[in-house]
Amino acid sequence: MSQVSGRVADDVRFVLKADYLKTITALRGEGFEMCVDLTAVDYLTHPGRNISPEVASQITLERFELVVNLLSLSQRRRVRLRVQVSESDPVIDSAFDVYPGTEAMEREVFDMFGIKFNGHPDLTRILMPEDWQGHPLRKDYAQGNIPVQFKGAAS
Amino acid sequence: MTATEDLTSTNQVTSAGTSEGRQELQLRKDVSEKEVLRGSGAVLRMSESEVAALAGTQSEDQTMIINMGPQHPSTHGVLRLMLELKGETVLRCKPVIGYLHTGMEKTGESLTFMQGGTNVTRMDYASPLNNELVFAMTTEKLLGIDQDIPERAVWIRMLLSELNRISSHLLFMATNGMDLGAVSMMLYGFREREEVLRFFQKVTGLRMNHNFIRPGGVAADLPAGWRDEVLGLLDTLPARLAEYEILMTGQPIWRERLQGVGVITRDEAIALSATGPILRSTGLSWDLRRDMPYLRYDKVEFDVIVGSYGDAFDRYSIRLNEIRESMRIVRQVLDAMPQGDYRIQDKKVTPPPRGRIDESMEALIHHFKIFTEGFKVPEGEAYVAIESPRGEIACYIASDGSATPYRMHVRAPSFINIQTMPHMMRGGLVADAVAVISSVDPVLGEVDR
Repeated sequence: MSQVSGRVADDVRFVLKADYLKTITALRGEGFEMCVDLTAVDYLTHPGRNISPEVASQITLERFELVVNLLSLSQRRRVRLRVQVSESDPVIDSAFDVYPGTEAMEREVFDMFGIKFNGHPDLTRILMPEDWQGHPLRKDYAQGNIPVQFKGAAS
Repeated sequence: MTATEDLTSTNQVTSAGTSEGRQELQLRKDVSEKEVLRGSGAVLRMSESEVAALAGTQSEDQTMIINMGPQHPSTHGVLRLMLELKGETVLRCKPVIGYLHTGMEKTGESLTFMQGGTNVTRMDYASPLNNELVFAMTTEKLLGIDQDIPERAVWIRMLLSELNRISSHLLFMATNGMDLGAVSMMLYGFREREEVLRFFQKVTGLRMNHNFIRPGGVAADLPAGWRDEVLGLLDTLPARLAEYEILMTGQPIWRERLQGVGVITRDEAIALSATGPILRSTGLSWDLRRDMPYLRYDKVEFDVIVGSYGDAFDRYSIRLNEIRESMRIVRQVLDAMPQGDYRIQDKKVTPPPRGRIDESMEALIHHFKIFTEGFKVPEGEAYVAIESPRGEIACYIASDGSATPYRMHVRAPSFINIQTMPHMMRGGLVADAVAVISSVDPVLGEVDR
């Protein structure tokens, strides 16, 4: 399914969480050698997002959306996968075994959104301190006026 | 005995089953690729607290874990590496990042699309114009005006982007030289970079963090005499680059320090999502400017520089020669620079010209609204990638139809490229770790965002 934003059509595919690993494995076989970017969006305050009705009827929209950009160097092609991840069960399979380069990206998503990746070799915080509480890029994470969380710091 | 020998010497060990399972090391050929990747890989997968708990203990195999950075002068800012050493040989390592994390992606969610440039320009501070460019291009794609940007604006963007590539690579020449003990090289690199920054200052008003490339075009037209300035630059640089060649490229000491150091294979680079000079050093010719052209890169002629060994020397010479290719592009931009508007004449995104504000009430209100409220961007999401000096830099924006991005994510090339470090360092010496860090050329502002 392709979705038009701007005048250039991107190849965007909606993938079910259960099929995620299967889909990227298949895509890797199709020549998408590189997972160029993996990130997430928290649609807490904008649950509708911009999705055509026929797609919306096929999938259940969830709070989190994992956005994976794959790149085919040989075919000079990109594909973007959008995977719905629910708030109650924010767990998804890790793409590490298919694309080892996602290690840092998945750690970042875990750190920032609290989405866990099944089978990730080292799922720890990457940007925030190890003992930090909360996931900063979630929409319900308050900006400003947060209590100082550093040990031994004057608060 | 080097670590490489040590790691391969496991094939003399035979497998033996005990009551607690296989205790011995398996033959390398019996270990699946997956297990190697996870188990005995180059990445030290231990958290800070786990390592801290080891303090004071002695390992049986005489290995030790030491910290390099975040205050080490060769770590380009605040990169910290946890190195697992056996003697002077690096076995595994883990880059620890986040010391410069200021939540720029979160901040980006509360800045309008007009202000966003001031935020993203501070990520990769060595090539700010490329950051602005990718942010502006993503916004334009969401607005649906990406094909309507005036020709002059597009060519100005190309001119600045290429000059920025030159200044960024010159900075690399400087820091790479300094890291490896060629201190005079640092002075030379900074000297040449300053010439480019002086031109940026003339054009944008600032040496760095310009916020000059904005959604819809650029902030101002090129100043009078810009062509002579650029020509002056293009005249001085070749001689200086030739000087670098004498100082470094041909030097036996320089070659000794870089050749064969920090080798990465093509498959590893692709698997680790590395882009830019790191990917090209493995011999793979991949450059978004040529392979997925944006702006008017399909109208200019240039070569993609590739290496053949994937070592630190290849990455050094790729960057040196990319300066020359960028100069070639800049010359073509000078010839092709069209006349016309420097920003789109779309009242929605373009503030009225300064002169109009004094004459027209509507223009004043319009100006005020654009700078306070910003402009609304239609709902949707877009991903745009361009070639920054460090690799593929991309911006992903999800918009909810308001004047601020709902989510603004930047795919920072350094953040991803840092993952290759453990694989490059494995089996090398600590002294070579410095060469590896330097040859990856990370900008920590972008890594931590």
